Amino acid sequence: METLLEVNHLVTEFRTAEGNVQAVRDVSFSIAKGETLCIVGESGCGKSITSLSVIGLLPSNGKIASGEVKYEGKPIHDLPYEELRKMRGTKISMIFQEPMTALNPVLTVGYQLREPLILHHKISKNEATKQGIELLKQVGIPYPEKRMNQYPHELSGGMRQRVMIAIALACHPGLLIADEPTTALDVTIQAQILDLINDLKEKLNMGVMMITHDMGVVAEVADRVMVMYAGKKVEEGSVQEIFDHPKHPYTIGLLNSVPNIDDPDFELEPIPGSLPSLQENIQGCRFHPRCKFAMDKCRELTPPEFKTDEGHVVSCWLHEEVEEVKHGHLVAQI
Amino acid sequence: MVTLSPKSNQKILLELKGVKKYFPIKGGILKRVQGHVKAVEDVSLHLFEGESLGVVGESGCGKSTLGRAILGLEELTEGKIHFRDEEIQDLKRKEKLKFVKEMQMIFQDPYASLNPRQRIGHALEEVFTMHTNMSAKEKRASVVDLLHEVGLKEEHFDRYPHEFSGGQRQRIGIARAIALNPSFVICDEAVSALDVSVQAQVLKLLKTLQEKYQLSYLFISHDLGVVRYFCDRVLVMYLGNTVELGTVKGLFANPLHPYTQALLSAIPRPSVHTNTKRIRLQGDLPNPANPPSGCPFHTRCPIAQEVCKVDKPAWQEVEPAHFAACHFAGTKI
Ligand SMILES: Nc1ncnc2c1ncn2[C@@H]1O[C@H](COP(=O)(O)OP(=O)(O)OP(=O)(O)O)[C@@H](O)[C@H]1O
Ligand SMILES: Nc1ncnc2c1ncn2[C@@H]1O[C@H](COP(=O)(O)OP(=O)(O)OP(=O)(O)O)[C@@H](O)[C@H]1O
Ligand code: SF4
Ligand SMILES: [Mg+2]
Ligand SMILES: [Mg+2]
Repeated sequence: METLLEVNHLVTEFRTAEGNVQAVRDVSFSIAKGETLCIVGESGCGKSITSLSVIGLLPSNGKIASGEVKYEGKPIHDLPYEELRKMRGTKISMIFQEPMTALNPVLTVGYQLREPLILHHKISKNEATKQGIELLKQVGIPYPEKRMNQYPHELSGGMRQRVMIAIALACHPGLLIADEPTTALDVTIQAQILDLINDLKEKLNMGVMMITHDMGVVAEVADRVMVMYAGKKVEEGSVQEIFDHPKHPYTIGLLNSVPNIDDPDFELEPIPGSLPSLQENIQGCRFHPRCKFAMDKCRELTPPEFKTDEGHVVSCWLHEEVEEVKHGHLVAQI
Repeated sequence: MVTLSPKSNQKILLELKGVKKYFPIKGGILKRVQGHVKAVEDVSLHLFEGESLGVVGESGCGKSTLGRAILGLEELTEGKIHFRDEEIQDLKRKEKLKFVKEMQMIFQDPYASLNPRQRIGHALEEVFTMHTNMSAKEKRASVVDLLHEVGLKEEHFDRYPHEFSGGQRQRIGIARAIALNPSFVICDEAVSALDVSVQAQVLKLLKTLQEKYQLSYLFISHDLGVVRYFCDRVLVMYLGNTVELGTVKGLFANPLHPYTQALLSAIPRPSVHTNTKRIRLQGDLPNPANPPSGCPFHTRCPIAQEVCKVDKPAWQEVEPAHFAACHFAGTKI
């Protein structure tokens, strides 16, 4: 598979009253064309900031302190503002949890759909209207001609999310970043939107970076999964590997915290404690204060990434030896 | 009508009879009533002592309104509510006071109901000030007990709301709700805003407290996984109507209403081995101010027939202790 996005050793920092804090700590991953990578982890672990770093939309007090982001092999993390802006929509598009934050309430759906088409494709208004209607059809909106003249508040939540997806897809981006796109929606509508994203991904051979805290959504849409904890990537693997052979105690904890709707006897096993704040300095593995397997080593040294044959990556000292025995060889990289 | 409870010989704590709540829609220059949002439409059910009754359904289907109506926070448009055999829907403020202690509510966002400038310990002490005549020393001791009860520490007494994490704040909300030893607690999306890891902690706490104090819960949630884990019985609502009610076991194993079937199959499963057939509903939820004729679900129902557009299906006990409102209840879609 062709690599679309590559993120290497990304460090993202915020300037705050208490000094600089790191929200993303040395995170590396990649996404291929036609592939969906899901990023999961607790609230505040750095999922959104990772994605905003990729698309160059960090809050004003945030910056990429080191590392690189490459799109189709070309570095994009240090592009001048104007070029970044051109890239948005045509190469990388993003959709958010609350469509109302991204849609302009005083402009019609049609206007907001036509604008990027006219801007990037240099086509006439009539042609843009035609393509806009086509896009609305593509995302499953009934009576698209009528919708073009409506304002966002006249649409239901599910419909708005579809409009936002239509706008995001207007200029055929190679990569779609979706940050909790269905969290605010009801399950029956969520199912429609997830189907839609999956369909479009296949049809357009898009890469998708999907952020969610819902393990059910992950199982439904992901090809690969990256688990983050307190700014770090702690585990990454194929969706089968993550669900069937989770390795990091944090990932296992997350999976054990979700009630299983098909198994009435399933007992929840919560992870004790809560996510540390960004200011907190934690020696060794950042998860050790909440980890029931923590050993002396975990309290002293940061675990490197251990890789298995299955392309499964885990940062946990427990897997130093286990993996070696099981797979014969092991690459430790720092 | 005899209804078997999941645990037999349980006593009925709360009973709803034909409860309706309509909100007027006012419009025009004269602000005349132009119609009604039928938020809760003819709900009849009972809640047993010590049970957890889940209430599920899509946004706007009337779950919170039902909860607020039970607590007397909404005036009923029609219907009766009995609590321990006493009719409570028309009680005046003073008479209501004894029920205030017995019935409590935990909200999705406890932060919204906490004064940001008041120390948590003092906020909790106020509950005792209002409803008991404890001395200052007794109050403090009771609050410290409460903090321990919900898994917090004495050192948290002097902290302010912003110094707590989401899960800890929800524990404070729980502490406040159980302070006066209630017998009935409504949890309105009480764990929905929490991360799964923390959600699991809070669910465990609620269960422990239930066993210890024989609490009954009305557990409002849009998360059916959580409801299956937490509840004994479950009520499914659609556009203000009750469409199905059964034991968690019975309803999940054999959903009778097409909406329940679709809802259950739409939930993304946290597993890569589910091969269940997905039922995809078409279209959006209708507007509750202008609900469809006949069965409220007929506009999205995959098995709807002519009769569904015309006649509203009756609420029937289709199987023992398993109710549904559908002309074709039990048909699998
Ligand atoms: N502008 C900012 N200044 C300082 N810190 C920030 C800023 N924006 C975000 N953060 C912090 O960065 C960390 C990561 O935030 P991020 O939004 O990526 O979390 P997330 O994983 O997306 O969580 P959620 O699931 O709640 O959306 C958090 O601790 C957050 O408080
Ligand atoms: N005070 C009010 N005035 C007018 N309409 C109201 C009022 N409160 C609720 N409604 C309407 O009544 C219906 C039911 O609302 P309710 O809040 O009970 O739904 P819900 O099932 O709790 O939804 P959610 O899952 O989004 O919390 C909705 O259509 C809502 O807009
Ligand atoms: S009554 Fe008719 S429309 Fe309503 S759910 Fe049953 S089959 Fe569907
Ligand atoms: Mg986020
Ligand atoms: Mg509600």
